[in-house]
Amino acid sequence: MRMPEPDAAVIARKDEIAQALSDLFRADEKAAVITDPVQLRAFECDGLSAYRMRPLCVVLPETTEQVARVLRHCHEHKIKVVARGSGTSLSGGALPLADAVVVGLSKFSRILDIDYANRVVVAQSGVTNLSISEAVAGEGFYYAPDPSSQIACSIGGNVAENSGGVHCLKYGLTTNNVLGVELVTIDGEIVRLGGRHLDAGGYDLLGLITGSEGLLGIVTEVTVRILRRPEVAEAALIGFPTAESAGACVAAIIGAGIIPAGMEMMDRPAIHATEAFVHAGYPLDAEALLIVELDGPAVEVAYLRERVAEIARSVGANSVQTSTSEAERLRFWAGRKAAFPAVGRLAPDYFCMDGTIPRAKLPFVLTRMSEMSAHYGLGVANVFHAGDGNLHPLIMYDVNKPGDLEKAEEFGADILRLCVEVGGVLTGEHGVGVEKRDLMGEMFTETDLDQQQRVKCAFDPDSLLNPGKVFPTLHRCVEQGRTHVHHGELPFAHLPRL
Amino acid sequence: MVAAVRWAIAERQAFAVSGSGSKLGWGRPGEQTASLSLSALDGIDLYEPEELVLSARAGTKIAELEQRLAQHGQQLAFEPPDLGPLFGGAAGAGTLGGAIGCNLSGPRRIAAGAARDHVLGFSGVNGLAEPFKAGGRVVKNVTGFDLSKLLSGSFGTLAVMTQITLKVLPAPEEAQSILVFAAAANAAIEIMGAALRSPHELSGAAYLPARAAVRSRVAALAHGRSVVVLRLEGAAPSVAARRAALQDLLRGHGDIAELATPDSRVLWREIRDVTPFISDGMRAVWQVSVPPAAGATIVALASADDDVFFDWGGGRIWLASEHDVATTTIRIRAAVAAVGGHATLVRATDAVRRTVPVFQPPSRAEAVLIARLKDNFDPHRILNPGRMYEGL
Repeated sequence: MRMPEPDAAVIARKDEIAQALSDLFRADEKAAVITDPVQLRAFECDGLSAYRMRPLCVVLPETTEQVARVLRHCHEHKIKVVARGSGTSLSGGALPLADAVVVGLSKFSRILDIDYANRVVVAQSGVTNLSISEAVAGEGFYYAPDPSSQIACSIGGNVAENSGGVHCLKYGLTTNNVLGVELVTIDGEIVRLGGRHLDAGGYDLLGLITGSEGLLGIVTEVTVRILRRPEVAEAALIGFPTAESAGACVAAIIGAGIIPAGMEMMDRPAIHATEAFVHAGYPLDAEALLIVELDGPAVEVAYLRERVAEIARSVGANSVQTSTSEAERLRFWAGRKAAFPAVGRLAPDYFCMDGTIPRAKLPFVLTRMSEMSAHYGLGVANVFHAGDGNLHPLIMYDVNKPGDLEKAEEFGADILRLCVEVGGVLTGEHGVGVEKRDLMGEMFTETDLDQQQRVKCAFDPDSLLNPGKVFPTLHRCVEQGRTHVHHGELPFAHLPRL
Repeated sequence: MVAAVRWAIAERQAFAVSGSGSKLGWGRPGEQTASLSLSALDGIDLYEPEELVLSARAGTKIAELEQRLAQHGQQLAFEPPDLGPLFGGAAGAGTLGGAIGCNLSGPRRIAAGAARDHVLGFSGVNGLAEPFKAGGRVVKNVTGFDLSKLLSGSFGTLAVMTQITLKVLPAPEEAQSILVFAAAANAAIEIMGAALRSPHELSGAAYLPARAAVRSRVAALAHGRSVVVLRLEGAAPSVAARRAALQDLLRGHGDIAELATPDSRVLWREIRDVTPFISDGMRAVWQVSVPPAAGATIVALASADDDVFFDWGGGRIWLASEHDVATTTIRIRAAVAAVGGHATLVRATDAVRRTVPVFQPPSRAEAVLIARLKDNFDPHRILNPGRMYEGL
């Protein structure tokens, strides 16, 4: 993994830069600038801990206006910036750079408004995903996207990565559940996009910001839709003799017009690893296991339960077990939710991959993956958001064994190439970051990538925000327009302000 | 398409880009010198019902897509409005490219998302004659910037989409409605809010004041009482149970009636297509999007003789007025500014749309980004210049 060559001149001015950033804050402001090497260690990596780098320094602002001040300063002095929420990215989205300032949003931790009349919550961007659901649980509401890191990950990070979760088959990703953001651009402008209403009146900049991986601006506030918790939720555990029959079951359920709240698949290695870890009661004789969650009105769930069981049996399921209590439902999920740490017990290190494929290609992809596993001599366990085709192969390796990390990286890249080859994509929900950056060419032509760079150039022409992420090569932004807009100059000046 | 844009660059021409042209009356009249029609670029390239995915050329008629999907019990869940008749044209003319280019979303927006939420990927050509693609054909995809969102609702001003891949969904077995006859807008907002906060999973919540209700073809509305319409879709037993529970919840709010699936479909189509305002000739029509609870306060600021009806639980207001368009727009946008949201002038004469900003004027900071995006995708101003904003 190669990162852009750090600017030695910037690193040499480290202390001076940190001082200038500290000087941006008055004595009565609680914003912090961290330069102590021991304290900086906590910021060296995110959830993709195979890659580490000590940042120039870390700034922890407290208000949007302070973020604007920091970005305006960095823009003026051409200092690179990496934004960081809770640092749980699995693709290295918040990986620091040696010549960049990390702007941490941990002090943006307040829920600003809970508005049941409009069914929205307004939160600062450092608020954790789960705490939004907790704040509205008393009234029977919740926030739908539920990435497995939801206890720790921030809502601002969710916007940056367009995070998913096990329920996005029915309820959508972050992008489908966010109504508004407050964004600070690199030139220190504060932009409010969207709000408590639906849809933009002009270009959908909100949709563009969501999933932009910290390359377009820093989000300081987020407005999300909350949903009424369904009357009933129950899960079924369905064991299959082959991965093919499990795949056929997924296709048949969707073909029958049923969209479950969640539909997860695990392969034999994943079933065994999690069963040994949390004793969820998974069938150990199964080659593949499906967890199908149904939610909604009690009558509907009862009706669909029968139809799903019927479909499962018709494609050759070995066992169908439906949860009869909330405790049992949670136990069924406990195994799936602990899949990563469970696999972590089998090997010193693992990589979690994140490709998406058309569902029908699953048996083919699983077969190819076991061939690759034999080829590289590295184990792989599969958990899979089967409903939407999102694979999470966990590649096991030992970083202390020479050559193992490189082999694991190669194996991972082969899996993602395979995903693209069968009509899928490199990443379903973890983001490109640094991890899949160099594979972007597998999916996109140079011209395709140029269009994404056109967006980057519109927001950050000097490429100061999160450089080295997402794009394999940095393009210089050329001035295309015959009416190039300089900051400070007001476009639309001729329009009446209505 | 590439050749056409190259020609325009060489000859310094500017295109009015259209599908069937059914919504050419929406947006500013534009600054084009030539036209580029995608109506011949049609046909479904891929449809895999079990994968819930469909790809079609931009000029494919929405009606054709809906028919094909219906054969497999599926639908476009964002329920794209057929706005041709609102602009004085024929029904059923709208194309896929037009629906996505305008981000056209129907009443089910509140439950299923907007048009833009169903675009998985596309191929297109930008104003530099570069062909490119973005997104993919799978639902879960965060590989690179989400250009599908940027293009949805950009009215063809950044690039011309030639092929679009959509997420499709199962169509519900039943689509019934409950009618609550309630007089005033603020009472209607309360009823819709209570229903939407319940666990009964509504897929539509609208309010037709008497003047709009009386224009419906549905007999139950013919006596012209103001009415709240709540839609329940899904499997038959589920709809029946929710219908009963919803009636219990709303007892005491007004007379309640049920609407079976056939009548319900007619009524929601009327709401979707803004049918109550079609026959008004060229009376100006606005679409206003606000926080749903604020719907009634917006309407309170309207003139007594303005016509309105609500969709999206009060979050979308359709308003028709005979008053001077410029001053009415100022009045509406001032009201919107107080609660947050945006107002679009959907229908007005060419002359009016040349002078009155059709789309909500962006904030200063947002305007900078919009101008830079246009500069970067269409620097020579070839694609629908001026359709959204003057000079862009």
